[in-house]
Amino acid sequence: MSTEVAPEPVRSRRFKFNWVDGFLWFLRVAALIAIVVGVVGSIQQFADGEGPSAAAWRDLIVSSISTGSMYGLIALGYSMVYGVLGFINFAHGEVFMSGTMVGLISATMLFENGFWDSNPWISILVVLVVAMITSTLVAVAIERVAYRPLRGAPRLIPLITSIGVSFFVQYSFAGLFGVAIRNYPPAPSQLSGNVDILGIPIAGTRLLVIGVAVVSMIGLWYFVTQTKTGSAMRAVAEDKEIAGLMGIDVDKTIVTTFAVGGAMAGVAGLLWALLFRGVDFLTGFLPGIKAFTAAVLGGIGNMPGAMLGGVLLGLFEGVGPQLVLAGLGIPAVSQLKDAVAFAALVLVLIFRPTGLLGERLGSEDRV
Amino acid sequence: MSDRTPVLAFRDVNTHYGAVHILKDANIEIYAGEMVCLLGGNASGKTTTLKTILGYVPPTTGHVELDGENVNGWSTAQRVANGVTMVPENRRLFKRMTVRENLEIGAYLRHGEDLSEDYDRVFDLFPRVKERLAQKAGTLSGGEQQMVAMGRALMARPKVLLMDEPSMGLAPKLVAQNFEIIDRINKAGTTVFVVEQNANMALSIADRGYVLQTGRIVLDDTAEALMANPQMREAYLGDI
Ligand SMILES: Nc1ncnc2c1ncn2[C@@H]1O[C@H](COP(=O)(O)OP(=O)(O)OP(=O)(O)O)[C@@H](O)[C@H]1O
Ligand SMILES: [Mg+2]
Repeated sequence: MSTEVAPEPVRSRRFKFNWVDGFLWFLRVAALIAIVVGVVGSIQQFADGEGPSAAAWRDLIVSSISTGSMYGLIALGYSMVYGVLGFINFAHGEVFMSGTMVGLISATMLFENGFWDSNPWISILVVLVVAMITSTLVAVAIERVAYRPLRGAPRLIPLITSIGVSFFVQYSFAGLFGVAIRNYPPAPSQLSGNVDILGIPIAGTRLLVIGVAVVSMIGLWYFVTQTKTGSAMRAVAEDKEIAGLMGIDVDKTIVTTFAVGGAMAGVAGLLWALLFRGVDFLTGFLPGIKAFTAAVLGGIGNMPGAMLGGVLLGLFEGVGPQLVLAGLGIPAVSQLKDAVAFAALVLVLIFRPTGLLGERLGSEDRV
Repeated sequence: MSDRTPVLAFRDVNTHYGAVHILKDANIEIYAGEMVCLLGGNASGKTTTLKTILGYVPPTTGHVELDGENVNGWSTAQRVANGVTMVPENRRLFKRMTVRENLEIGAYLRHGEDLSEDYDRVFDLFPRVKERLAQKAGTLSGGEQQMVAMGRALMARPKVLLMDEPSMGLAPKLVAQNFEIIDRINKAGTTVFVVEQNANMALSIADRGYVLQTGRIVLDDTAEALMANPQMREAYLGDI
């Protein structure tokens, strides 16, 4: 707008070698070559009739997508809190864990009096509601107790606090419920078979997981883009001061953000139960870190990005080892899935530092 | 004037940021239907005055009155709901939201009311805004952003409209247009309190003015008197 902007100095177009850029380019090229060689190797193996069958590949992809959509739901919480407060809430994995843990208690009760077997769908719904309520309450409590007093502090402070909160919640649950791994009752028998979707048989549990994730995502999308509270959330994320001066209750809106992120983590808690059954006080750690990775992958602060990042991360860690590493002749690849997941993060950040759909890592956001 | 109740008043207001004393014993009275300006140089406390009116900065002593009532205990939202809204310095739109969403945020506290009349009023004042409803506010030109910022404030159907330096960053032609629109809004019945460094422009449409110097109100008179005041001419107007 100002009329006196100095003209941009004309940049020298001459190529100047820079060691960091050179190294990054080396990494990019090496990664691409490794991926291409690996994929070609796998296709070769498949053509030769070695390695997994077509059906095995299909199951691998479906299970990766279902795990990925669970990551995506957790990732939303990281992304929304980052959008509104500008820091990573590392305690969000524990918000997820508390949902599954308390959900487990309700599931066990339902199982012991036989309701789980006689009314499986209602039981799942009950566990879903319990997990969502628990995660929502835990998320809101964390915001109120740990983060609100830090409003306005440099964002490193709440970040470090979140790590402390994470340990606090983990060991509170260890104290309350013990440290042993406990299992959800087996999924209802109706889910154990395959369901045909367009002629493709898909495991019932996986399908339910994907379905629940999609419905939650649509619900959240509607809430954020079509409701007044959702608009207020986006306004607060963008400019807290002006949002406040327009009459929006900023603190209340921040609580809402935590609550919604918590509810999504609660849904993910049910999905975890359906997929893996086993739960303990450390259950939140690895999915939490992976969901954080997914949020960064998709572009932190961006909600569709979080979901996309989750599904992609699920695919990377599920399909990647078999597709790329096996083709490179590396043995026992499925044990490398965590390594692949985080390598994928590094790769995406090397190619696209803002994440896939990320636009803003600007200086405009304040805590 | 003193037999009427001012719609907005400061009574011996002092404000601090930490230990820094900003407003010093400020007394302001604005009556319904008036257009009043607050003039002052950089960092004199103009924006702070507006934030104090909205309760974003609490007075350390003294109080703010709306319609004669002490509102020190009121939240910003309560004050906005009672008809005080602001067009912020530099417009400060929600850039990632659409123009329509920005207008909706302006009406945030008007639950369940019919807003069509308010939209019509905004579109009538700023036909351009209507064409841009679906556009992201961040992609608008500076002049258009100013229109949306004013539209956003009007959507709250304010009794008192606070404007923080509406001329800032705009070309002279746009500034003149802007003030003409402010004048129209005022003539249509909205009380306007406009903060400006551009004293000439502000005084040309205002009824009265206050002059702020490092947090203290040093002059307080009708617009004509201020225009003619030699002290004023020296300090703020430069060469007319
Ligand atoms: N949040 C804050 N914390 C500390 N000091 C502040 C804060 N906001 C403003 N100040 C200080 O208060 C003084 C008055 O600021 P204010 O924004 O009210 O000035 P202004 O008259 O609006 O100036 P300008 O014309 O530049 O907008 C300035 O010295 C400023 O640095
Ligand atoms: Mg100012």
